[in-house]
Amino acid sequence: MAQEKTKTNNHNFSRKLIDQGLDIDPITVQTLQVNITKLCNQACTHCHVDSSPWRTEQMSLESVDRCLEILSENDCIKNLDLTGGAPELNPHFDYFVREARSLGKHVMVRHNLTVTLDGNPRTGEEKMYIPGFFAENRVEVISSLPYYSSYFTDKQRGEGVFEKSIESLRMLNQEGYGDGELKLNLVYNPVGTFLPPDQGSLEADFKEKLKKNYGIRFDNLYTLTNMPINRFEKELKKQNAYEEYIEKLVNAFNPEAVDGIMCRNLLSVSHDGKIYDCDFNQMLDMQCRNGNGGLTIFNFDLQKATKRKIRFGVHCFGCTAGGGSSCGGQTVS
Amino acid sequence: MDYYNPEDLKRFSDVGEFGKDLMDKFFEYYNSATGEEGALTKREKALIALAVAHTEKCPYCIDAYTTQCLETGADPEQMTEAVHVAASMSAGIKLIHAIQMRNTLEKNRAL
Repeated sequence: MAQEKTKTNNHNFSRKLIDQGLDIDPITVQTLQVNITKLCNQACTHCHVDSSPWRTEQMSLESVDRCLEILSENDCIKNLDLTGGAPELNPHFDYFVREARSLGKHVMVRHNLTVTLDGNPRTGEEKMYIPGFFAENRVEVISSLPYYSSYFTDKQRGEGVFEKSIESLRMLNQEGYGDGELKLNLVYNPVGTFLPPDQGSLEADFKEKLKKNYGIRFDNLYTLTNMPINRFEKELKKQNAYEEYIEKLVNAFNPEAVDGIMCRNLLSVSHDGKIYDCDFNQMLDMQCRNGNGGLTIFNFDLQKATKRKIRFGVHCFGCTAGGGSSCGGQTVS
Repeated sequence: MDYYNPEDLKRFSDVGEFGKDLMDKFFEYYNSATGEEGALTKREKALIALAVAHTEKCPYCIDAYTTQCLETGADPEQMTEAVHVAASMSAGIKLIHAIQMRNTLEKNRAL
């Protein structure tokens, strides 16, 4: 019994912060990360969004316009970070990008690479224009590529994904991506129940191997820790490895990783306009509180948003393990 | 009674209950040699350790260094090659002893 209580305390992220004398409060809202669809042309084993070709959730035009209003009214929000699913599969994606750019915002897209070649899995609509569209709007492209060879990539993201990803990367390179001017960043996340390697050394390997074997160029590699939620959580539980993985994250808690975690500078918006501290809280339905209700894009108030209390769960250990993990990769240099 | 229980690895430091000073010295040396970047990268060290784990037939070390290899960016192809280096070295070490056999055969005028 006493042992169980100790374990519960060890797995309590808020308790861990108190024990370490740390405080995590919002600093500002620099980035509005908007999950505009759960539809995806892929169904990856680690996906914390549970995205797949069978999902139908889409952000409406009304909500897109409301997000644009928020961006326009709040100068401190410099970045729009579009994610999904495959965000390009939302019918208002192009409009959202163009309008945000015309407001002078920096636009980042979490682009899975293969959607360019696969197109829309529900309608069959082609998406080959995407690399050119990104370049034209000077979008920062952030793309998952679990490894510089096919084995890990296809294991995590599906048969044939590596080959298609390479083709799509070549198309981005042809548009001028990966040479510093138009940013092309890759994202590594482990294929299984282990922590990511050091970002700097892995980036050097990725650059060397992708250049040498495929002639691919990119700017930065971000290493991310797999979050023990949704599809990955189910997989861990199926393998009887959930407790062991949580223990690994808890044991790897690094106080230095706390400062750079994303919830201090970012807000995450769901397709239906609800606001969360991060994409992971969004998937766990842990909406930001706003009095007795929840914070949404329709009752958004910057003051309230920056004074909110961030909501924590056991998954937060994923952001503070080892070198730390955020949408921009490792948080400790 | 289970031999080589994976949970036992977590109790490695219990060995220091008696002779703590010696175990502390060992851990300091071990952690420096295997876990820090030096002239070799952490990944190179992890691959060497994985190979040694196989030649020494240590299940604890195989578990630990398989994970360490993954967490330093190695892939199954590199890890399997490291085990082949270990296995072929072991085979070579055994085969070179055949010279000793041949020396004795010569001594016995059998060659």
